[in-house]
Amino acid sequence: MNPPATAGGARSLHRFANPGRFLRMTDALMPWLWASAILVTGIGAAWALFFSPPDWQQGETVRIMHVHVPMAWLAMGGYTGLGVLSIMSLIWRHPLADLTARELSPVGAAVTALCLATGSLWGKPMWGTWWVWDARLTSVLVLFFLWLGHAALVRAFDDMERGARAGAILALVGLVNVPIVKFSVDWWNTLHQPASVTRIDAPGMHVDLLYPLLVNALGFTLLFAAVVLARTRSAVMERRVRALQTARARRAEGTA
Amino acid sequence: MMTRKKRRMWILLLCALGLGSATALTLTAFQDNLVFFRSPSDVMAQQPGPDRAFRLGGLVEAGSVERDAAVSGQRPTVRFRVTDGAHVIQVAYQGVLPDLFREGQGVVTMGRMVDGTFRASEVLARHDETYMPPEVADALKRSGHWNPAQGAAPPPATWNTLDPARPAAPGRTGS
Repeated sequence: MNPPATAGGARSLHRFANPGRFLRMTDALMPWLWASAILVTGIGAAWALFFSPPDWQQGETVRIMHVHVPMAWLAMGGYTGLGVLSIMSLIWRHPLADLTARELSPVGAAVTALCLATGSLWGKPMWGTWWVWDARLTSVLVLFFLWLGHAALVRAFDDMERGARAGAILALVGLVNVPIVKFSVDWWNTLHQPASVTRIDAPGMHVDLLYPLLVNALGFTLLFAAVVLARTRSAVMERRVRALQTARARRAEGTA
Repeated sequence: MMTRKKRRMWILLLCALGLGSATALTLTAFQDNLVFFRSPSDVMAQQPGPDRAFRLGGLVEAGSVERDAAVSGQRPTVRFRVTDGAHVIQVAYQGVLPDLFREGQGVVTMGRMVDGTFRASEVLARHDETYMPPEVADALKRSGHWNPAQGAAPPPATWNTLDPARPAAPGRTGS
């Protein structure tokens, strides 16, 4: 009876068929993800605060590491994830990748901000300064601005698809910064120490400090995944509600 | 016939190649300007004048730290030598030292060369990637494997799973 409206509705339903499957699949996963994230971060926090030794020269201050290092890994790992989503978006025009990237970048900006803030709080008592413009600190600050820039850019367009495309290009250009962050401490001399955990020979960290750090890294990663997935799920649902409302409004218009 | 997806993939790959090599070239070109501090060897080779402020970095030489007697109302001057193994530079500094400052520790100092002495206006500690409980550090020091005043710890594989309670159990005085 009303060909344009049904065609539009059918197209949008087809468009969200894949996100629908995503909702069903993650529906069962979410409680487990939240539970394991809370459990592992709880164990990690207790281990880091009460059951791990102080450092021989940094003393109790070393416990900042259990937040700082996981946040740094998530900032870089999350950005690499953003790069993968952007490739999926640009090559396969995957709508779910667009949505996930849009919901990922504010969380990425938050963990990078936490990495910078905890690093600054750690730097003052140990190095004697809140901030220096060495290669590591500067490249992480650039990473923070890339996250913020992506979050702002994808929201700056009325047309969601154009915003997603612009954001994907920005994310991929910014991807060159990830190896720069990682290897800045090896390529140039910096105030920041070189990597302790990912060394070629053996971790430069005693296992009594290393194991709680790895537990915290796992816990924060689970928490990060849970937050990003929850945000993406609600974005998919929001989009569905809006599509249904538009379809209903069109139908009401057609019958009137 | 190339599909649109294939074409987009190739465009992306070419862009990545271009951007990657441009970044690599830029970073190589700016290699010398990206140093945060200069080593004593760099300073000896370049001989910067007293009007140029720069950062000097290296290890605090063992046995080189001297503190002048404190004059009331003034911060005492600390003198020490910074070494990179090959060359040594004398440093004088008046101010608060970071907690991690000690002989054998890495430092990054800001200042100028005046009459062969580096007059520092700021001293920052630069610790390395070694993390261990105090008991493990004590065990390494007691067994003679490591003197922190002489520099870096032995290879981590030799101590990062060490149980300090086991090898030399008696005498865990915690000194």
